Amino acid sequence: MPTTDRARGRLAALLAPPLLWLVLAYLGSLAVLLLSAFWTTDPFTSDVVRSFTTDNFREILGTPVYRTVALRTLGIAVTVTLLDAALALPVAFFMARVATGRLRRALVVAVLTPLWAGYLVKAYAWRVMLGEHGIVNAALEPFGLRGPGYGVSAVVIVLAYLWLPYMILPVYAALERLPARQLEASADLGAGTLRTLGSVVAPAVRPALLAGSVFTFSLSLGDYLTVQIVGGRTQLLGNVIASQVTLDLPLAAALSAVPVALIVCYLAAVRRAGALDSL
Amino acid sequence: MRCANPWKAAVAAGVLLLTAACGSGGGAGEKAPAEQKTLGKGEGRVDIIAWAGYAEDGSNDPRTDWVHPFEKRTGCKVNTKIAGTSDEMVSLMKTGQYDTVSASGDATLRLIAAKDVAPVNTGLVPNYRDVFPGLKMRPFNSRNGQMYGIPHGRGANLLMYRTDKVSPAPDSWKAVFDGAATYSGKVTAYDSPIYIADAALYLMKTRPALGIKDPYALDSKQLAAAVSLLKKQRQHIGEYWSDYQKEVTAFKGGDSVIGTTWQVIANTAAAEKAPVKAVLPKEGATGWSDTWMVSAKAKHPNCAYKWLDWIVSPKVNAQVAEYFGEAPANARACRETTDPHHCAVFHAADERYYRRVHFWTTPVPQCLDGRKGVKCTDYAEWTRAWTEIKG
Repeated sequence: MPTTDRARGRLAALLAPPLLWLVLAYLGSLAVLLLSAFWTTDPFTSDVVRSFTTDNFREILGTPVYRTVALRTLGIAVTVTLLDAALALPVAFFMARVATGRLRRALVVAVLTPLWAGYLVKAYAWRVMLGEHGIVNAALEPFGLRGPGYGVSAVVIVLAYLWLPYMILPVYAALERLPARQLEASADLGAGTLRTLGSVVAPAVRPALLAGSVFTFSLSLGDYLTVQIVGGRTQLLGNVIASQVTLDLPLAAALSAVPVALIVCYLAAVRRAGALDSL
Repeated sequence: MRCANPWKAAVAAGVLLLTAACGSGGGAGEKAPAEQKTLGKGEGRVDIIAWAGYAEDGSNDPRTDWVHPFEKRTGCKVNTKIAGTSDEMVSLMKTGQYDTVSASGDATLRLIAAKDVAPVNTGLVPNYRDVFPGLKMRPFNSRNGQMYGIPHGRGANLLMYRTDKVSPAPDSWKAVFDGAATYSGKVTAYDSPIYIADAALYLMKTRPALGIKDPYALDSKQLAAAVSLLKKQRQHIGEYWSDYQKEVTAFKGGDSVIGTTWQVIANTAAAEKAPVKAVLPKEGATGWSDTWMVSAKAKHPNCAYKWLDWIVSPKVNAQVAEYFGEAPANARACRETTDPHHCAVFHAADERYYRRVHFWTTPVPQCLDGRKGVKCTDYAEWTRAWTEIKG
């Protein structure tokens, strides 16, 4: 059967370069990273010495500060994810089911445009807004309140802002795909708004919500620039890794295994929930 | 026919990659880089790692530009990468993508030991002749009587404060350590392990019982004392800085009102109308003595040498020194400064003054203050301590 063979050859040629890239550049570098976590360094020159040791992992597990930082990072990632979910649901619902025509298009554009602006620009804009004489403090002053200043809450706010589109878009897509007939049928069968939301809308949105959370969670977990800009005196895993990269690459590699492990756990949990099927 | 098992293929590729990764690199066994013997034609480009304010091309201040005149004269296009800390410089140099770096004393020895930089043939840098003798053949820029770079200039880390928020005017580092509570939440500090030396210097003057003789030679007990001081300080820190622009905006907006700084930051903030002042506290200060070094893997070595000679030429060295706020390295630069007293103000030729300034040095296990029988803490320990301090 020459035709199928040729088709197969063409398919292989088409898939080979991206697969090669995925395996070599992407998984390969991850493997090297993991391997180098078992090496050590020359204490003065910081050059990597390739002798096998598990000291790096022992140090990470045995030093309380790494645990504190890992938990703080995890807490921030979870908070950002929940916050984004809470914000994205009503916005996406309005966009998909209420707004029509021009308004809907305008809203989609409004959600997408921030993605065109640079990450650093947005983070620095928040730095200005959250500053001592920034717009946030100025707006809250008449009520006798003050903004959060630089710190963990500022990091949560800025990260939630940065990753919000990644949550809104999948939820919006899921809600838009939801046939109006299902909602009508639900109403015809006597279900109230809450019952319809719980039994019809929620199952349709759940996979999208989980898919969006993969983005918000993993992006927050790996971030280290936002915290440098608005984090005040806090540090996250990314900062600790960055401070060790020059000096002790193996320790930095071992530290990077922490977010990797967290994300793998999270993906496994999400997979069990069945959300990856629709990703 | 079915395709080969994709997992097998992936594993095979991974193994291949790992062997490739293991086969290359490995600094220890390499031959020491040799110094350049002759100067050829420029390569048309030079890649520089510099401290903020060291390679100004007029984009920050149109009147401050010594990069374009260099490009015009030599035909070497300058690409500048600004680094915020010595650690950043070391890691950037390890990439081998840069030709020259303005390294401070806490980076120079690491770069030399890792063979990331080549010895510098001072004969190819005519302006080296006029460099202050006090800066030549120092332990942080030479090894075994061989210079590893061209001295650039030196200065002290200062204490900056908002004149409208901080009174009385501080004259001691106490303001950011034992007295930090007064300005709680508005204190700032330099975000690098080397900042531990600032705490050590303060302890050296205020708690003589600890026996600190050199802020870069701390045994584990002395380091613990500095760490606990810095942990106490952290409660009052608003934010740490390593990006100089970040500190400028923090002082301008009033998010920080007191903390350590460089003269160039004080000048920039003042130019942007922030009411700030920078002083050298009575305890003395940590500081830097910078050296332009050439990468062992420089792709544009001739242009790098031309840059070395340019940056220490009297006129340019005077411009840099005045802009950054430091003492120039070239003695003849003192006649070229717009402020005729610049060299006097920054004690350019005053070796006695610079004995009060403790230049950044990489802490090593052999105590730098000459103590025998004690093991000092090295920079790796300082880095771990710094992570712990920040919590």
